[in-house]
Amino acid sequence: MSETTDITTADVCAAAIADAFKDDGEIFASPMGMLPMLGVRLAKLTSNPDLVISDGEALFLAGVPPLFAKADKVEGWIPFRKVFDVVAYGKRHVMMGATQIDRHGNQNISAIGDFAQPKRQLLGSRGAPGNTVNNRTSYWVPRHSPRVFVEAVDIVSGVGPSRAAAAGAARFNDIHRVVSNLGVLDVNGPERTLRLLSVHPGVTVDQVREASGCEIHVDGADSDVPVTRVPTTEELLVIREVLDPKGLRFKEVPRPEAPR
Amino acid sequence: MKGPRDKRMSIDEVVDTLEDGMTIGIGGWGPRRKPMALVRAIYRSDLKDLTLVSWGGADVGLLTRAGKVRKLVYAFVSLDSVPLEPNFQKARQEGTIPEVVELDEGMFNTGLQAAAQRLPFLPMRAGLGSDVLVNNPWIKTIESPYDEGFGHETLVAVPALRLDVALVHMNRADQHGNATYLGPDPYFDDLFCMAADRAYVSCEQVVDTAGLSHDTPVQRLLLNRMMVSGVVETPNGAHFTTCTPDYERDERFQRAYAAAAGGSEEDWQAFHDRFLTGDEAAYQAAVAAFQEEQA
Repeated sequence: MSETTDITTADVCAAAIADAFKDDGEIFASPMGMLPMLGVRLAKLTSNPDLVISDGEALFLAGVPPLFAKADKVEGWIPFRKVFDVVAYGKRHVMMGATQIDRHGNQNISAIGDFAQPKRQLLGSRGAPGNTVNNRTSYWVPRHSPRVFVEAVDIVSGVGPSRAAAAGAARFNDIHRVVSNLGVLDVNGPERTLRLLSVHPGVTVDQVREASGCEIHVDGADSDVPVTRVPTTEELLVIREVLDPKGLRFKEVPRPEAPR
Repeated sequence: MKGPRDKRMSIDEVVDTLEDGMTIGIGGWGPRRKPMALVRAIYRSDLKDLTLVSWGGADVGLLTRAGKVRKLVYAFVSLDSVPLEPNFQKARQEGTIPEVVELDEGMFNTGLQAAAQRLPFLPMRAGLGSDVLVNNPWIKTIESPYDEGFGHETLVAVPALRLDVALVHMNRADQHGNATYLGPDPYFDDLFCMAADRAYVSCEQVVDTAGLSHDTPVQRLLLNRMMVSGVVETPNGAHFTTCTPDYERDERFQRAYAAAAGGSEEDWQAFHDRFLTGDEAAYQAAVAAFQEEQA
């Protein structure tokens, strides 16, 4: 079998997420969602073995179990109250979801519409306001669409760099990466707006623009935007044989009907 | 020699101490170790105009559905395996909760700590720049009196979340109110108790005091009797939330709850009639019948 035709978008996303954590050193990696969990564990098994990971409940894991498997070896205790301590301590990188994210890197997981009586009530702000002014924060968007990437979010849960600066909270605001099923972005466009860092294999810059409801900055010409790297043979092995042999990742980023 | 007093009560005796308009904090976390037997009793009661303070799960869902809640203080409401709580969603989308205070999770924790320490507020960064401060204009910021080389930092003065009453559920308690959690996470139940004028602890089992630390590390004694006004033994009383290691979440029942809550008025009425009209013993019997029929 040929590796390049076999590589799915989900695999590319896992490696891109792993890359978002590779230079973090010895910090608590907090992934929310399936692909972020896969990407973080991939990073721990390859580029950054110093990462501290948890079972998403109350235990720090010494080993790196497959997705949703029980802990094999434990190295610490991290009940919810201690998560807040680590947030304030700062040695943490969280990758959250985003029902909406805007051009200025603000995120919404609270509600759609007017806060007083929303069209659609979501989870609530959870820890997004605190995360974004205390520790490194990235976002994962499994379905890049104009409804997710908007000009201005309805409710600001996660705080982007401009709003953080205006509120005097720029010191620890660190919006690092936005990884979607189409590409990788950061917030280092003009005036700290969304910038396209790479497009996944087979995706064009125009496709990213069409799937976005706000302007996405590109450095130079469209043709200068690099293609997101594909996972190495080692990474593919780790993803397929170790971390996600059941293919749970395809529930978040479906496999195409026919190989590209 | 006299020992400390016996604080054992019934579910109804606890609910009889509650009054319309009270601020009630509910312990646990989302769909985990919630004092559901006490919540169900409030659902059945005539109480109204309550302020609820909760890391929300079905406790918030049930009490908003019953129209008990005048004001809700929360950071999220979720059932985990069912991410969005349908009764809470419905209440928000129909605008039936008159006052809503949505905080960041860390702010919620800090607010409880301030109340537990009898402080008017505690400072933190969470909230700065977010719509938490836009939607709650009564929450103020302060300027640090100190300059650590970054100027006089602006911080959020997180207001104390003072409670009239706290309701929490623990695995074991003695008759005096000392209590242990046996699962992985204490959540914030001690803070809820200390933030409240009165705290009531429901538990899976009342044991004698020595039994609390007999084969359990003493560090698991989260609640001390100083913090506790009453103890209620309610076996399976956290159902359908987790009460690890006594039992895990009843996912099948939770799905049935969520389907009824997110369904038609008739769907909810049927669920209500089947499970929520009688007392706790009737509820547990109805749950046992449900489980048998699903098995």
